[in-house]
Amino acid sequence: MATHRKETDPAIRVKALESLLTEKGLIDPKALDALVDTFEHKVGPRNGAKVVAKAWVDPAYKARLLSDGTAAIKELGYSGLQGEDMVVLENTDEVHNVVVCTLCSCYPWPTLGLPPVWYKSAPYRARVVSDPRGVLAEFGVSVPETTEVRVWDTTAELRYLVLPKRPAGTDGLSESQLADLVTRDSMIGVGVVAAP
Amino acid sequence: MNGIHDLGGMHGLGPIDREENEPVFHAPWEGRAFGLFAATFVFAGYTVDEFRHEIEKMGHAEYLEHSYYEHWLVAFEEVLNKRGFVTHEERLARIAQLEQGAH
Repeated sequence: MATHRKETDPAIRVKALESLLTEKGLIDPKALDALVDTFEHKVGPRNGAKVVAKAWVDPAYKARLLSDGTAAIKELGYSGLQGEDMVVLENTDEVHNVVVCTLCSCYPWPTLGLPPVWYKSAPYRARVVSDPRGVLAEFGVSVPETTEVRVWDTTAELRYLVLPKRPAGTDGLSESQLADLVTRDSMIGVGVVAAP
Repeated sequence: MNGIHDLGGMHGLGPIDREENEPVFHAPWEGRAFGLFAATFVFAGYTVDEFRHEIEKMGHAEYLEHSYYEHWLVAFEEVLNKRGFVTHEERLARIAQLEQGAH
């Protein structure tokens, strides 16, 4: 049968589902409110930034993070939906890592929040695997020819977080000051962390 | 499954558009659609694989022309119909009602 999905305003389609499911007692609109609030205000790239800053100041933590990302991230309280199996990729002078999900838009929610539209868009998913240096240049990132660029394609089960390079001249900064420098894009690999 | 969602390496899809200070949701309905994801898993007992499979079955043109959360809507509508929680018939009747109320 026709599903009318092309002609109908998505806001009406959502309202239809939500109202029917609520009337059937299958969902509680208050639970939806709480989920929206959590992802709008509480979960986001500030979580990942704290993971990165801790790895920069604590070599033992960094070693744990690189050997078992899921467990080390959970030490800071970040786990759950879409972050069940985490792998952390360290950027160095030798290797620059970039993350994509070519098939879908898989992204590590507990550490980065919900993905930006460009990450979910067809152009990024198509091109970052065939022309990563070109895409990085569009994001303002110039990777030296002597540095290998590795593109990691996320799967449904496994999510990546890039551990960006700590900028020079930040020896005197505290862990929380360092976390403030870390951007979302640097943890996807399409940005670098700049010195303050 | 081979299909339009398998975008890696495809040419001609245009520039990557980025947005400064992008909001988490671009409209209230996106937030509600997001919330339905976790809420419907609880009672409907489907898997992420099944959810994604419904999106991958979309027509190629429809897939490219619609946004992320519109893809999710397709998956909800199909999975909930298939499992009998919300049939297409009752959903379309409710949509007609809501559209009438809106005018």
